[in-house]
Amino acid sequence: MDFIKIITEIEKIDPEIYERLDTRRRVFQHVSGLGKKLSAAALPGLVSMLFNKAYGQSGNTSLPQGIVDILNLALQLEYLEYYFYDKVLTTTSLLNTADAAAVTAIRNDESGHIKVLREALGTRAKPQSAPTADAFDYTAGGRFPNVFTSAAVFFTVAQCFEDLGVRAYKGAAPKLLSNKTLLETALNIHSVEARHASHIRTLRRGLSAGVSGPDAAQALPSLTSLATKPKSWISGTDADGPSAPFTAAIYGAGSPAVGVAAQLFYPAESNVTQVGINVQTTPMAPTNELPLNAASASEAFDEALNDGVVKDIALNFRSALGASIGLELFQ
Amino acid sequence: MSSSSLSDTSTGTLVRRRTFLQAAGVVAGATALTLAGCSDDTPTTPVDPYLLSLQEADAGLLNYLYLLEQLEAGFYQQVLDVPPTDLQASDLTYLRDLRDHELIHRETLLFALGSANAAPVPTLTFNFSTLNLTTRAGVLAAAKTFEELGVAAYNGVLHLVADTTTLQLLAKIASVEARHADFINELLTPNTFATTMVVNEGPLFSVAASKTPTQVIAEAAPFFLPYKVSVTALPTT
Repeated sequence: MDFIKIITEIEKIDPEIYERLDTRRRVFQHVSGLGKKLSAAALPGLVSMLFNKAYGQSGNTSLPQGIVDILNLALQLEYLEYYFYDKVLTTTSLLNTADAAAVTAIRNDESGHIKVLREALGTRAKPQSAPTADAFDYTAGGRFPNVFTSAAVFFTVAQCFEDLGVRAYKGAAPKLLSNKTLLETALNIHSVEARHASHIRTLRRGLSAGVSGPDAAQALPSLTSLATKPKSWISGTDADGPSAPFTAAIYGAGSPAVGVAAQLFYPAESNVTQVGINVQTTPMAPTNELPLNAASASEAFDEALNDGVVKDIALNFRSALGASIGLELFQ
Repeated sequence: MSSSSLSDTSTGTLVRRRTFLQAAGVVAGATALTLAGCSDDTPTTPVDPYLLSLQEADAGLLNYLYLLEQLEAGFYQQVLDVPPTDLQASDLTYLRDLRDHELIHRETLLFALGSANAAPVPTLTFNFSTLNLTTRAGVLAAAKTFEELGVAAYNGVLHLVADTTTLQLLAKIASVEARHADFINELLTPNTFATTMVVNEGPLFSVAASKTPTQVIAEAAPFFLPYKVSVTALPTT
């Protein structure tokens, strides 16, 4: 077998083969002594390894079930988000021009994340066919009846989805530790979700202050009304979220909620203890930089949430149709 | 001999740096010192007291991020100490939040290094002379630079961390840095929700861009002067 010939043949079918290999340039780093050790005997295995990595096809066969489950949860959350933004953009005229532009950018990001996750999962993606918007109930069983007629309610739900997404990806990260490529991808999606969350929070703050557009970012948050005037980061439990008590779980503790420093556990967003110490009272902080208040101490860290609690929250947004057509969401 | 080559204006700094050297943080410097002390025949490499060579493995990654958190905290403190006159009251409120967050990140990473029995890099004083910190626009542009650098730095190394709880700790910080970056971007240039900070090349779409430690340190080099930071020992896979 001639390796170059194989690539050339594949190129006829898939013109993007070089790009695929190139964007995964690190693939070659894992093949030590590529030039030196290449032998006819080694070639079939080598080719298989290269293309598994380039196409992410290892998701089809060799990915542990635990990783598949965690990626499928992420995929389903991305669908939930994607259709939410797509629906407001394509079926309503709720948003002003500036907000619509931001929501379009966010919608497109979620679409990109769906592609990435489907690529990684291959034939093990659940659901195999993309669901439709009707699989979701964005009123959450009537809790948000005006979700597509009131910008305030729309962004309330948007903030919930984005903050939940950040916590879900963060909770997933340790479970991906055995696959560095997927870990890196998931964490870098997580980073984009955090930008979305920050942006929506900024918009909401502006909305509450009656300021839209350019001045929204300068609208001041209120620590006594965090539900309507949130900071761009999560402060304490954000007064149990933008629509308490329903949204409390999004900012609350997961399971297990407590543990020792060497374990994984999922405290509420108001947590101020990291690496086993209360970060407010670290003796290492120079005294002239104190005090570190509880709000800052909690804001400085976004807490992870375990997949079980993430699913419980997300299930509130699965429609009866979604359930009746056997959509295997969040299972 | 070693004291004279490490002389400094501040005794505190001297002690810190010696402790740091003894704990093998500065690999190149310590080796050169040992050689110089052993034999007159051995060709000696001039000791560079300003070279900070970060360790291998998780300790090196923690130190790398600790250094960047020092830099961010130092920047915001500098702005709060001498705020530009055109800075608005609301800006100051936010900049205090950002300073507090970075300060907490810095101290938490220092504590995490201690918990891992890893020698921390010394406390640095940074050189911000290349920045224009006398106007609001200059401060916000610089803040954007630091926050985006921080986001890209975390995104570039988190997957290289070996220890599960260290990974979780760093991920808790990484998303807060991303929140900062979007917020600063919105303050600086409203209604330009950043989509330019993502990679869009198959198979990756809308995945945050990242930078390697080498790229990050190259961009931040002017702020470390006269120190130089070597990241060659950090893990790459």
